[in-house]
Amino acid sequence: MDLHELQQIARRERERRRRIRIHCCTSLGCHASNAIEIKRRLEEAVIAAGLEGEIEVAGVGCMGFCGHGPMVEIDPENILYEYVSPDDAPSIVASIHGGACTAGRGDKNHPFFARQYPIVRKNGGKIDPERIEEYIAAGGYRSLYRAINEMTPAEVIDEITRSGLRGRGGAGYPTGLKWATVAKSRGDRRFVVCNGDEGDPGAFMDRSVLESDPHLVLEGMSIAAYAVGADQGYVYVRGEYPLAIERLQKAINQAKKHSLLGSQIFDSALDFRVDIRVGAGAFVCGEETALIASIEGGRGQPRPRPPYPAESGLWGKPTLINNVETFANIASIIERGSAWYSGIGTESSRGTKVFALTGKICNTGLVEVPMGMTLREIVEGLGGGAPDGGTVKAVQTGGPSGGCIPASLFDTPVDYESLAKVGSIMGSGGMVVMDEATNMVELAKFYMEFCMDESCGKCIPCRVGTVQIYRLLEKITAGEATPADVDQLRALCQLVRDTSLCGLGQSAPNPVISTLKYFPEEYDALIKP
Amino acid sequence: METSSVSPHMRDTSASINDNRLKILEATMKRNQYRPDALIEVLHKAQELFGFLSPTLLISVARSLHLPPSRVYGVATFYHFFSLAPQGEHTCTICLGTACYVRGANNLMVAAEGAIGVSAGKTTADGTFSLASARCLGACGIAPAVIVDGVVAGNVTPRDLSARLVALLASPSKDESRT
Amino acid sequence: MAAKTLKINGTMISAREGESILEAARDSGVSIPTLCHLDGLSDVGACRLCIVDVGGRLRPACTTAVAEGMDIQTNTEQLRAYRRQIVELLFAERGHVCAVCVASGHCELQNLAVSLGMDHVRYDYLAPTCTVDISHQRFGIDHNRCVLCTRCVRACDEVEGVHTWDISGRGTSARIISDLNQPWGDAESCTSCGKCLLACPTGALFQRGSTVAEMEHASGRIAVIVESRRVRG
Repeated sequence: MDLHELQQIARRERERRRRIRIHCCTSLGCHASNAIEIKRRLEEAVIAAGLEGEIEVAGVGCMGFCGHGPMVEIDPENILYEYVSPDDAPSIVASIHGGACTAGRGDKNHPFFARQYPIVRKNGGKIDPERIEEYIAAGGYRSLYRAINEMTPAEVIDEITRSGLRGRGGAGYPTGLKWATVAKSRGDRRFVVCNGDEGDPGAFMDRSVLESDPHLVLEGMSIAAYAVGADQGYVYVRGEYPLAIERLQKAINQAKKHSLLGSQIFDSALDFRVDIRVGAGAFVCGEETALIASIEGGRGQPRPRPPYPAESGLWGKPTLINNVETFANIASIIERGSAWYSGIGTESSRGTKVFALTGKICNTGLVEVPMGMTLREIVEGLGGGAPDGGTVKAVQTGGPSGGCIPASLFDTPVDYESLAKVGSIMGSGGMVVMDEATNMVELAKFYMEFCMDESCGKCIPCRVGTVQIYRLLEKITAGEATPADVDQLRALCQLVRDTSLCGLGQSAPNPVISTLKYFPEEYDALIKP
Repeated sequence: METSSVSPHMRDTSASINDNRLKILEATMKRNQYRPDALIEVLHKAQELFGFLSPTLLISVARSLHLPPSRVYGVATFYHFFSLAPQGEHTCTICLGTACYVRGANNLMVAAEGAIGVSAGKTTADGTFSLASARCLGACGIAPAVIVDGVVAGNVTPRDLSARLVALLASPSKDESRT
Repeated sequence: MAAKTLKINGTMISAREGESILEAARDSGVSIPTLCHLDGLSDVGACRLCIVDVGGRLRPACTTAVAEGMDIQTNTEQLRAYRRQIVELLFAERGHVCAVCVASGHCELQNLAVSLGMDHVRYDYLAPTCTVDISHQRFGIDHNRCVLCTRCVRACDEVEGVHTWDISGRGTSARIISDLNQPWGDAESCTSCGKCLLACPTGALFQRGSTVAEMEHASGRIAVIVESRRVRG
């Protein structure tokens, strides 16, 4: 494979295409709402109308507006249909030549779409994730070529450092610095690991990226492998995501076939292989040392850091671990330059972030916005606020490790530091919206039950502390607790936060601490004097 | 176990040395060069083939991968995907992720428990139905979501789910229909 | 090997490079409470009792290596409070009844409670019903007294080289298991060497036939075995 071949694949793909493409979303949300049948009926309708020469039907990745699915889009006419049913298929095809359409018309100028800035999701809803040709036609693997042929590994790392990209998995560690550490660490072998163990309930950005654009992630990993000197990569994907695993495996096979993975990539000295590791239902495996233990085939229990995986990771070798969304940013940074990327977002948080808007919100789905947008803009502007005339009371970011932010603080800009300041975290990007009907103490209990069940059991504060916190919350919600119990609750939260072994234990009390802080009246109402 | 109405959940006990599934499992281990770090991949495969991980199966995996039995057992019980007990012929998994919770997944669980007659994590005595909960399926866009016999469904109401489960319970089992 | 200079409780000390804070502190006469640590075994940093304050951040002393210029506090009011809470959580987790325990008087958990001034438990007793396995000819395991420190697992794996023991499940449902969660007496891999008994900090692993307060764990012997093996090369 060389640049010429890459360009040829892209040209052949463009020549193959019909004038009009009907994009049919086949990601999980739409998939579960009959999208495959819709796609089949659309294909039938095209043949029935004798329009095969003009129109093609393509299964594409996630368009983002999952709450209005199944979604179908006519390209390049830019017409969107929502809540599509299989019976709408003939009229959708007929509408291209002026017929009436029975499907509901979506609005591409809706703030939900108009205010997004897609980088990670640039191909979402546009290309067929199961065909590498479409990814290449969209400019894919050009950045990998460029990195290998026009840049030294140090220059690649520099470019990532200058872009200001920070880890999208939650903690926000500077990506360039992590790459530089791995590159400098001593070891006869290095590994690149993609963390796709998206365990935060209410977060599905990584699933969507893997389902919609798996090659984007593989290209980012390959560029990283070149930069840090790794020859083997692993993508750790949750077992709950069978569709993502299937598409990623197809993408790996295609990339291997086109020599974009394997030996001597682009005729260079770079050898890089990627294998999938399927998770087996343990939230803690999202923690990087637990993830390593799991890839090694063991119980997913974290170990104390340092040493950090960048120095001693998989089998004791230097290991670069980044999350799916982080890797999905890399190709664009190499393609368009660090200056372009660092011009997006805020001073400390560059670029964009994908959020999953869920819960009591009108426009459920995925949005990618520049860092620094306020919570209000996201929840009310893009998300359309609470449905059925309800009032949004709070938004929970960061899953079980995050906190609840009350509506009164919705002018907070979404960046790593600002969210930490109000007692939450960026996390992986889940935003669960609560309205007046949500009881915040019950919600805290829900999260604590989650943490208790998911505690690996290694360290005492997390293993037993979460159980005792849960019991106290049960006592409170049953109306049997006294003020002394609340003091006990606070003290336990502090212990678990300060003394647990890993980040998951340390952040487990966050939902309790943040609800105690912002919704004390809901606790008070339940306490016996 | 000699009749044709053997429930699928009892399949494992009838596994013989010449069982084709054992050959497939063997091939999976061989492909992984019997490396101990392939344990989780191998357990995934074993469960896919046999429905659950029996002691015989665990011991044979331990021997092949040169792992202590306690290590294999420790891993098999750490991960919630792995089941050491037989599963029902039908399964219903209700997502209890936050988005589904906020949209009333608890009511779905109550409805399912009512329809099937067992609590989450349990299988009916006759082995026809297993009820389970999931952490988050990532199907938050269509919350609340459930998986019935491997098919994901979104925006589910308790009434729909009850009706669906009751209908499945009333339908003849796959094995009986074959005879 | 380069020496590192650091401060423990305000006193300057020097330590060997690569040494843990725990070792450096002990060398200079400062004792730090431990439970999952046992000389001769690898460290896992799990019990969190040895946490110390390193320049304002809490770190486990057993798994944190010394570094030049560290300013360490080992016994602040906050640390003592946290350690008491941790021991309390352990007492509430299973059924630790000293009055009927074979290890009473020789129990590390009991000693910790005494030295940390933990005289009552403010938490709910979780009181799970745990089994007592006396299927082995000479030894027994009472899960009610187990604190999941994994010292037996490590002694069996690292010193005896067998790995009869491991842990099943997770969270508070985690249990020490032998082989395929079989009765100990049926665990074929066990060599009956008794090193797990030496390693156990409580009365969970015991010599059959011992009565109250009779069971003394000579845990120091693990370090002797490991050290003499090292010296012999």
